[in-house]
Order: sequence, then structure tokens, then C-alpha cells
Amino acid sequence: MRDFDPQLAEIRFGYGLSPVVAAPSSVDAMLSALQAPDAMADRFPIEPFDTFRLRMIEVAKAARERRKHRGTAKAEAAKKRRNVLNAEARKDGLKWAGHVLLRRVWTPDAFRERLVAFWSDHFTAHGKRGVIRRATSPYVQEAIRPHLTSRFEDMLQAAVTHPLMLDYLDQSQSMGPGSVRAQNKKKSAGLNENLAREVLELHTLGVDGPYTQDDVRELAELFTGLSFSPSNGFVFRPNFAEPGPETVLGRTYTDDKTEAPVRAVLSDLAAHPSTATHLAQKLAVHFVSDTPDPALVAALEAAYRDTDGSLMAMYEVLLSHPAAWSPALSNYKPPQDFMASALRSLAVPENLLMRFDEKNMRRVFNAPLTAMGQQWQRPIGPDGWPEEDAHWITPQGLAGRVEWAMAAPEFILRVLPDPRVFVETALGDRADEAVRFAAAAAESKPEAIGLVLMSPAFQRR
Amino acid sequence: MPSTLSRRAFLARTGFIGCSLAASPLVTPVTFAATPWDARLVVIILRGGMDGLDVVRPYGDPDLRTLRPGLSGGPDQGAHDLDGFYALHPHLGGLKPLWDEGDLGFVQAISTPYRDKRSHFDGQDLLEAGTVSMAGVRDGWLNRMLQVVPGVTAQTAYAIGRSDMRLLQGAADVANWSPEAELGLSPQAQQLMDLVTESDPAIHAAWQEAQMLATLEDEKATAQGQQRSGAHMRIAEFAAARLRDEARIAAFSLNGWDTHRAQDRTLPRAMSQLSETLVTLREELGGEVWQKTAVVALTEFGRTARENGSGGTDHGTGGMMVMAGGAVQGGRVHGDWPGLGTGDLYQNRDLMPTRDVRAHVAWIMRGLTGLDRATLEGSVFPGLEMGDNPQLLL
Repeated sequence: MRDFDPQLAEIRFGYGLSPVVAAPSSVDAMLSALQAPDAMADRFPIEPFDTFRLRMIEVAKAARERRKHRGTAKAEAAKKRRNVLNAEARKDGLKWAGHVLLRRVWTPDAFRERLVAFWSDHFTAHGKRGVIRRATSPYVQEAIRPHLTSRFEDMLQAAVTHPLMLDYLDQSQSMGPGSVRAQNKKKSAGLNENLAREVLELHTLGVDGPYTQDDVRELAELFTGLSFSPSNGFVFRPNFAEPGPETVLGRTYTDDKTEAPVRAVLSDLAAHPSTATHLAQKLAVHFVSDTPDPALVAALEAAYRDTDGSLMAMYEVLLSHPAAWSPALSNYKPPQDFMASALRSLAVPENLLMRFDEKNMRRVFNAPLTAMGQQWQRPIGPDGWPEEDAHWITPQGLAGRVEWAMAAPEFILRVLPDPRVFVETALGDRADEAVRFAAAAAESKPEAIGLVLMSPAFQRR
Repeated sequence: MPSTLSRRAFLARTGFIGCSLAASPLVTPVTFAATPWDARLVVIILRGGMDGLDVVRPYGDPDLRTLRPGLSGGPDQGAHDLDGFYALHPHLGGLKPLWDEGDLGFVQAISTPYRDKRSHFDGQDLLEAGTVSMAGVRDGWLNRMLQVVPGVTAQTAYAIGRSDMRLLQGAADVANWSPEAELGLSPQAQQLMDLVTESDPAIHAAWQEAQMLATLEDEKATAQGQQRSGAHMRIAEFAAARLRDEARIAAFSLNGWDTHRAQDRTLPRAMSQLSETLVTLREELGGEVWQKTAVVALTEFGRTARENGSGGTDHGTGGMMVMAGGAVQGGRVHGDWPGLGTGDLYQNRDLMPTRDVRAHVAWIMRGLTGLDRATLEGSVFPGLEMGDNPQLLL
């Protein structure tokens, strides 16, 4: 195997080079850092969903009071309270976005942050209506982040039964046609297949997996009863559950009174060989190349199967495989990662980013991300953001990057580093003559910094 | 080729029309070869839920006054009479000439298959997906259409503006651009960008195209002595420029239709944008291209038949579609009017949809591109029953 390349470790498996934070020294160091306490979560805290839930309880309370006292001063006051709660959640949502960025800027363990992003995307979810729309970061904090190094099944269970996922993929409203609730309602009850389908297609087996429409339907019936409420978080509602056994991928599950069969089927899906194939391919594509070496994919797949789905085992293979360390940069950083690595290369101090009010945060963060084609925490569908470089390398995307790269660093930092130094610290050994020349020849500092950020060596990893 | 356009298509092929177009430096023979068909389609998504009952008011229906004592008055309240039954919102006088020339029409009482939850996001998702449910759907109907028409290139369809156009998402390549993008680089920085990106062919090509598109914008602005004000007009102008060239499809959104309060004050802004957009498209496309253009403006749902307590309307079901362009059968309000009386409304609150909006769009696509019915019902709008031809095109 080649000598360990700390710069490449930062670029390919992290958020790029920092002029301040040291790069990891070995693969072992990267792996053991993952097992160490989560220092970034303490330094830049994000409220877990279980705490966020209290906001939902308060909003629901205000809504009830408003209905009860319609047309009175009490209703007005309740409405005002709801608006304040919504505004607070919106503001905190932006603060958490800032914390996500700062974790990426200041962590010595950037691989962990990349994995958080990868699995958050794999389990894409966001709230649909009301204050829960601001709960994506709390969901990630609670359902994804603690499970990075456990077995895949643990993360699958946590994410699929999470209130945010149940809301996002319409599961909380899904009723078995033969359920107690549907019978009482005397109305054609809605079985919703959305979550069941995505669990098979996106979360476990993959679109090429060996499942049929019947499996989707049976799994949807099996999922009935999964729900949540603001006051309790996850709940199982037996009166929504479809009675009778359901058969998914040839195995029959019974029991309509508890969520036990749901847990069992998720466990079986996690153990399915197609899940190993699907996750191996996804990891290799995300971290290495749109067309990864089949040997790498096979090794990842084997690691998953041999260890009963241990994610650490997969990471170990990923970081040890020669195909993952090919020195030529390949994948194109999506806008969020481009932005985070730019801020890391500039070592943006936390107080500078944290002093931004909502307006400035939208100006330097949300609006430009949208312009680059990646609206913050709003991928267009449950399949998350596309991996293909071609999706991102577009005129509009590049225009968004240029605009941001030439203006945002100065806006945030006020004082920019010397571009001739910056070109070396930002690109390391990958600075070529063209970008060195450009950094020195540009007629202003902001343009020089922007040119370095726009160089292929910075935009790829 | 559909019968409705065959005469024009024949004339174009035989050279009776289109000579000046062919002589334009922008239109090379290669460009002609690259375009799969000649007609132009512009799809505008009106986000927020347009109140079709206020924009095109069925004042001839006696129940309208009962449901809306304060809103949606007829010609006696300044609305522009269209046909003795419908009248156009007073604020849309700027579109009356288009109507009179037969270049503007409407379809009333239509909807997507979306029912009951009345959420903007779900409603828009379904409108753009063009399906009956969202389960497992990743792409949009306009993209699926591009996937089945031969000869489509990356320049055939443009998604314009910064909002995601889900209807153009999918396997077929589409171009994206936002006229709001301003590179704002010094000439020197532009040259240095060329130098820095040169080693990476993909990035370099995208950068060059970005520069080209931004320059087109600038030249246009210089030629006019000023830029059009308003992002919507710049979008319309850009769409027209692309459609005069290689593009055959453009899609973008206009926001601001969610009028829960004081609708008489909040709706005019959105209507002005729509009106200015349509007028700009016509001006910029020019007579010849405008004649083969169909613009359709679609919204996720209509609004409640009754006005609410705050002078607005809430999320409803049956809505309206706007059509413009030389290719459409304008000067007419299409669709089966369900009435507004007791028992006529959907769930006693919304205009009853009498037809699936996808059927109308499918017939328009059939007319413009010649796609066969089986493909439209099978691939573009899976499971749709197109029904009889509503004759929306000339």
C-alpha cells in the first residue's frame, strides 16, 4: 500500500485542508477518532428531536386554544404565541445550520462529519407542515449521529421509526383497510405505501433489489400503526394496524398489537445480502468516484456481510483499500461541501459566523446554496441529493459558486489572507502553476481567493 | 404531425414561412437538425394555489355573489367581460388584447388527482410529478416527455430561475439557468478563470457556457439601454431568447398566489407578474415564433368557493389553467362548468373539478409534438385517461 497521504485524507474523506487544524496521521487514527467522544457536538450543540418535540407541544397547545376561543382576545394571544414559537424555531434552525458548518470547519475528525452527511442523505427526511419543518437538524442529531459506528440495523431502526421520517413519508396517517380505526371511520381508509416503498428501494435493498409490488404492499400493511405524537414522540397505534399476518420477501410476520414485527422485518431487511450490495456501492460512489473500482465495492460488501452489518468494518475497508487512495481527485464536491470546505480553508472563526443574524445568514448561506442548486436540507425527493458529478457541474451551478466564492469570504472575514499563501494552504500539494499564477495575478484579493476556490483542485476531491 | 399544426408545418418545410428565421445567424442548419419539433411549449407553475374564480370570474353563475359577497365582482365592479358568463379580473386589463386576438384562453374547473389534504408542497409535487401518487416517483412529467421524444439534446429544455422545477427533473438532460445570476467578474478575473479551469474539461465547459449565457443577458441589457425590472420579466426574456434559438421547452415558476387575506390587495401583484410575463414572452418571441408557441400556466389547486372571514380564500380543489400563445385556441374559456350551487361544490366548499388537468396538458403536448396517445397515457402521465380532445390548440 502507498504511504498514507494526510492531505488526501482531508480532501477525499473530510472537508478539505485547514490552515489551522492538523490532518489525521493514519488510517488507524481516523478510525479511532470515530470511536472517541463527540467533541464537535459538545462544542457546537444542536438540540435533539426529543427536546425539539416540546416546541411542537407548545404550538399544538396554542392551536387548540385558538380554536377553543375563536374570535376572542385569548385566540389572538394564542396566535401570537404560535407565531413567536415558529419564529424561534426558524431562527434556531439557522443557528443549527451554522453549527453544522462550524463542526465541518473546526473538527480534527472530519470523516465523522462526512459520515453524518452521508447517512443523513441516505435517510433523507424533513417535516412537512408547521414547526416540525425546522426539525431536520434535531432528527440528524438524534437518529443518525449516535449510530455512525454501530451496526447498520441500529441506524435503520432509529431512522425509519423516527417521527420525522413517519411524517415525511406519510406513515403516521397510514391505516390498514381492515384496521379498527378504518372500520369505525366507515370511509375508505388510506393505506399509504410511501414509507414501505422507500425502505425497500432506498434504505435497504436498493432499486434493483429482489422485491415486488406485493412486498411493498405487505410491508405497508405491516407498517400500519407506526405513528407519533408531539407529547410522546414515537407511538404505535394498534387501532391503525392491519389485522392478520403479512408476508415480506417470503417471510411471514404476525402480531398486530405491537411494533415487534416492524422491528423484526427491519432487522431482516438489514441482514439481506442486497442491502450489503446497495450500501457498498453507495459508500464507494460517495467517497471515491461515480464509477468506483468493483474490487472496492466487493470488499465493502464482504465486510458488511461478514460482520453482520458493522459500519466500522465497512469504514475500515473503505479507508484501507488502495482503490480509495488513487491520488487523482475525482468526485465533484456538491455545493454544501464546497461551501464548508471553503470556510474550512479560510479557518472562519466561530464568532464571525455566529454573530450573523437571520438576514446575513440567509445572504451568505441559504440563498447562495439555493443558487448553486442545493437548498439547505431540502433535497427534492426521499432519494436525497444526486451523486453524479454531471448533475452539479452546470453553468448555473458554476455561476452560483463564482458569485459566492468572490464575495462571501470577504463579507464573512473582512480581512482576507494573502492569496499567495492561501493557494498553498487551501490546495496543498495539488496547487498547480495555473492557479498559483492566477492567485498572484488577480487584481483584487477577493477575486484571487475566489479563483483559488474555483480551481478544479479545490472543487474536486 | 398533428392535423392542427400541419398546415403551418407544411409551409415551414416548403419554405413559404421561416425564411427569415433560417437566415438568422443564431439558427444554423445544425440547430434545425438538433430540434426534434418546431412548436414551443412554455410551462409556468403558479405556486401558492391561484384562485381561478377570482382571476376569471363566472359572474353569470348567480351563486357566485352568495358565496363571495365581497370578492370577485362582475363587469359592474370593473371586471372585463369575456363572453357574457366569465369576466377577467379588473387588474388583468393588460391581457385583454391577447384575449381579443385569440391568443389567451382559460380552462376552468380542473385539478390534479390530489385531494383533501390541500398542502402546497404535496399539491405542487403531484402537479409536477404528473402522477396519481408520489410513492416511488422521482421524475417530472415534462422530463418523461423528453425521454420519449427522439432528437432531444441538452439544449431542448430549459428550467429557468432558482426554484427547483421538479417537472423537469429526471433522466433526460435539461439545461438550467437563472437570469438573476451575475458573474460580476472583472475581465481579468474572467480570463484567469479560463486559465484556472482549463485543466478540467467538464468544469471548463460549464464555465464557458455560464459566461456565454451571462454575456447574452448583458448584451441584451445594453441593447435595450436598461434591464427589464423584475426577476419574472428577465426570466421571460431569457426564456424567449432560448426558444427563438434551439430550445423548444421552457419552464419556470411564479410565486405569490396564496391569498388567504385581503385578496383584493394581495392577488394583483401576482397577476401583474403573470400578465407582464405573458406580454414579455409575446414581445420577445416575435410574431413568427409566438405563432407556434403554447404557454400553459398551472397551479397546484384552486381555492375555496366561499370567501373567508379575512377577505381572502383558503386552499381548495378545482382550479384553473391559463393558456396563451399563437398556437392555442384562445378567446374562449374551456372546461365543463360544474356550477356553484348547493350540491355542486366539492365537499360543500371547493369548485368541483370536472376534468384532470393532465388530460389538457397531454392533449396540448400531443398537438405540439405529435406524441402518440399510448405514450402520453403510459409514460408521460402514467395511468391517465386522456378522454376526448378538448381542442385547446388551433
